[in-house]
Amino acid sequence: MSAIGRSLKRLEDRPLLTGAGRFAADNRADGQIHMRVVRSPIAFGRIVGIETEDAAALAGVVAVWTAADIADLPPIDFRMTRIAGLEPYRQHVLARDYVRYVGDPVAVVFAEDPYTAEDAAELVFCDIEEEEPCLDATAEPVPFMPERHPGLLSEPATIVKSYGDIDAAFAGAAHVLELELKVGRHTGVPLEARGALAVHDRETGMLTMYGAAKVPHYNRDSIARMLGLPQDKVRLSEGHVGGGFGIRGELYPEDVLVCAAAYRLGVPVKWVEDRREHLMAANHSRDQVHRLRAAVDPNGFVRGLTDTFFTDQGGYVRTHGGTVSDLAAALLPGPYLIPAYRVEGHIRLTNKTPSGTYRAPGRYETTFVRERLMDAVAARLGLDAVEVRRVNLIPEDRMPFDRGIEALGTHVLYDSGKYHDLLERTLKHLDYAALRSELENRRAAGEAVGLGLAFFVEKSGLGPHDLVRMAVLPDDTIEIVTGAASVGQGVETVMAQVCSDVIGMPIERIRVVHGQTDRIPIGFGAFASRVTVMTGSAVKIASEALRDKACALAAPLLQADIDDLVLEAGRVVSRSSGAGIGLAEIASQSAEALDAEGLFRADHMNYPYGIHVAQVRVDTELCGVKVERYLVAYDIGRMINPMLVEGQIVGAAAQGIGGALLEEFVYDEAGQPLATSFADYLMPTAHEMPPVEVLVREDAPSPQNPLGVKGAGEGGITAAGAAIAAAVDDALGRPGLVTRLPIVPTRLHASLYPR
Amino acid sequence: MAEKHAITLNANGKDYRISVEARRTLADALRDDCGLTGTHLGCEHGVCGACTVLVDGKPVRSCLMFAVQAEGQAVRTVEGLAKGEVLHPLQKAFWENHGLQCGFCTPGFLMLATGALEAEPDLSEAELRDILSSNLCRCTGYQNIIKSVCAAASEMRACPPSADR
Repeated sequence: MSAIGRSLKRLEDRPLLTGAGRFAADNRADGQIHMRVVRSPIAFGRIVGIETEDAAALAGVVAVWTAADIADLPPIDFRMTRIAGLEPYRQHVLARDYVRYVGDPVAVVFAEDPYTAEDAAELVFCDIEEEEPCLDATAEPVPFMPERHPGLLSEPATIVKSYGDIDAAFAGAAHVLELELKVGRHTGVPLEARGALAVHDRETGMLTMYGAAKVPHYNRDSIARMLGLPQDKVRLSEGHVGGGFGIRGELYPEDVLVCAAAYRLGVPVKWVEDRREHLMAANHSRDQVHRLRAAVDPNGFVRGLTDTFFTDQGGYVRTHGGTVSDLAAALLPGPYLIPAYRVEGHIRLTNKTPSGTYRAPGRYETTFVRERLMDAVAARLGLDAVEVRRVNLIPEDRMPFDRGIEALGTHVLYDSGKYHDLLERTLKHLDYAALRSELENRRAAGEAVGLGLAFFVEKSGLGPHDLVRMAVLPDDTIEIVTGAASVGQGVETVMAQVCSDVIGMPIERIRVVHGQTDRIPIGFGAFASRVTVMTGSAVKIASEALRDKACALAAPLLQADIDDLVLEAGRVVSRSSGAGIGLAEIASQSAEALDAEGLFRADHMNYPYGIHVAQVRVDTELCGVKVERYLVAYDIGRMINPMLVEGQIVGAAAQGIGGALLEEFVYDEAGQPLATSFADYLMPTAHEMPPVEVLVREDAPSPQNPLGVKGAGEGGITAAGAAIAAAVDDALGRPGLVTRLPIVPTRLHASLYPR
Repeated sequence: MAEKHAITLNANGKDYRISVEARRTLADALRDDCGLTGTHLGCEHGVCGACTVLVDGKPVRSCLMFAVQAEGQAVRTVEGLAKGEVLHPLQKAFWENHGLQCGFCTPGFLMLATGALEAEPDLSEAELRDILSSNLCRCTGYQNIIKSVCAAASEMRACPPSADR
């Protein structure tokens, strides 16, 4: 039986269930000291001085550093989407001259004990001359650091993309619609906060950082460059990772600080942040305002669309460069034809926590925006919202569909899709007409219940390539070494299933090594729903090479013709004689090692797609929104492990619902963050989650990889804001009411009962 | 350095003689002084429940309790759930029902559910959901956690594991 397409239990789970996991804070080294970061209490200001004497004098304190102590360290560079003009806005590992958000690291304390380090950090006094903070990304740009960079303003770059004849589209339009829409500031918030342990071995000269995640190879190169060390003297090692969601594993100031300290102080240095720090220091995301104009014909077909949007990038531009804005600009048109489009995305800095990517970056935001537009078109023209989608969806016979635009430096080419078909299947699954009339009856009886539907296109499988190596070990197991990373999504199981499908060995005998920079020279890590597509394809290629090599090496051993040999259940068997030999035995009897390599390249991303449907009930007095039912329909091309795909989708939907209704980083007028605990930053609990139904289809496999797979990681979140907004409008009978996420009771109340 | 107190912590039936400051949390003592790192810290302010352990059979946020307060009481952590190689029904159900992804919140959910089901084996799904809503998970959307706990509850009713530790 094929190992692909089966809901096999995960290889990862046993240590995680028994308390034997090794997360960042679980690492320890003899003689380790503890780092505590002193963070700016001020949103924007000039640093006059930092007094560290009292902290340094505390018993147990080893050292206290400010920017002056590490003046040779360059700022943290971009990993992705390097746009000209962004460089001056990069963050130094400790603030120089200015602080730009509450939480900006200004000093670090090293002590023998974490409690002492925290005590000492509280003794550091930051003398900061406050300046007026900028908290609105749509306001006119303001000076970034007036004295250090005179004339440099808070708009590092503007992204412009377009295709089609936009003027012609508007010239003959029957209707022109204008909308302003906002997606609030929220982010991944994995349950494990960040942490790291760095150890410098004086004998070998090797500097090792434990607690790496997401992109260990890239971060190894960056750390080596920043500290002026040869690349082969820096090693990053990933253990268990307590959730990624885009924010984890990017190179943060604290990662560089622990490495620099271990190297310079000559002792292992451990750092574990607390949740308050995490909520003000790890990447935030979303936070965009979009101003749309659409030219629409009498049938509801969108002939042309323009968008001016503002991304609130926070205090600095971090490793993602312009990624979120670039993706938003490129993928806003989503599943619709929209023959003419022009977008201008303003990257704006403010005095809030710096932003990066969060699951479905740029797509969660623009799906909300685009689907709000489709609902507005339906309302304006008196059409059914589903019919407006039908009129605008890209037809199957136009696939592959060339968008004529670039995203992340790759041409946007929708590889495959049956959009109309998925829409009809979704409506059928819901028994849409019956459901609508049921809700109408409930509304007639006085309940504020409604239904919202939103279509989306995701993207997955970002290249450029991925390498895996595999070898048969003496105990007759296969070891797969990959430069991919695990953030808890089941990488080991999925890769083992792909290998098992070729080799026929049970997955329990396939071991997957990931996130170890000393085991494989290159690796691109885990982001952009790339692992199953890229690494999975490389595993398939390597497995086939291993199979062929096993047969070639077995031929003389079995005295058989190679064409007579097949690999069955982990043994090479002669079809004619029935004689067979195990892989470990082949390896032990051959002069050559039984190993293989697989390299997979991809020039284009692929584009899974789907539909979210939300059914909500609004409490019209208190303005709380209860999600009663939730459906995600998703075409993934092909599933490796349906149980894990469903797990990804349901988990992502929970985060999407959180972003739609609960989660928001609010700041006061002085730039003080008001959501710095889980009492203020509200994430969904088991109570807020409706039953989530998942309708996974494999109708449009990707022609761009040998498995036909597309990514599973993000489609569960993408359209949540859009679907819930539509459902709230419907429940209240107020089309276009929701223009901003999250839909919190205070704002909903204000729009329902204006003073 | 602040004054330290010599205490004996009993965790999973074993005595740990440790010396801690009065302010040291039970979670930190378990993790750093007893080496029981299966108990995780997700917020350190009592909301997320990742650090849930059983103290005299009751689920407790070990980040909100001081180690010195736990002296003389029986603490149980995730490391004590399985009997040798044999997983507890809850561990088994989480594995079979994909009740975990990254696994960071899992020890807290396991101990919360263990405490709840040992106290009251006949909890309904709605009651279990209510209890489980006191912990946070960021990966699963809770659906499979609830499914896992319900499955384990049936098995535990049919064949109760002894709570002798």
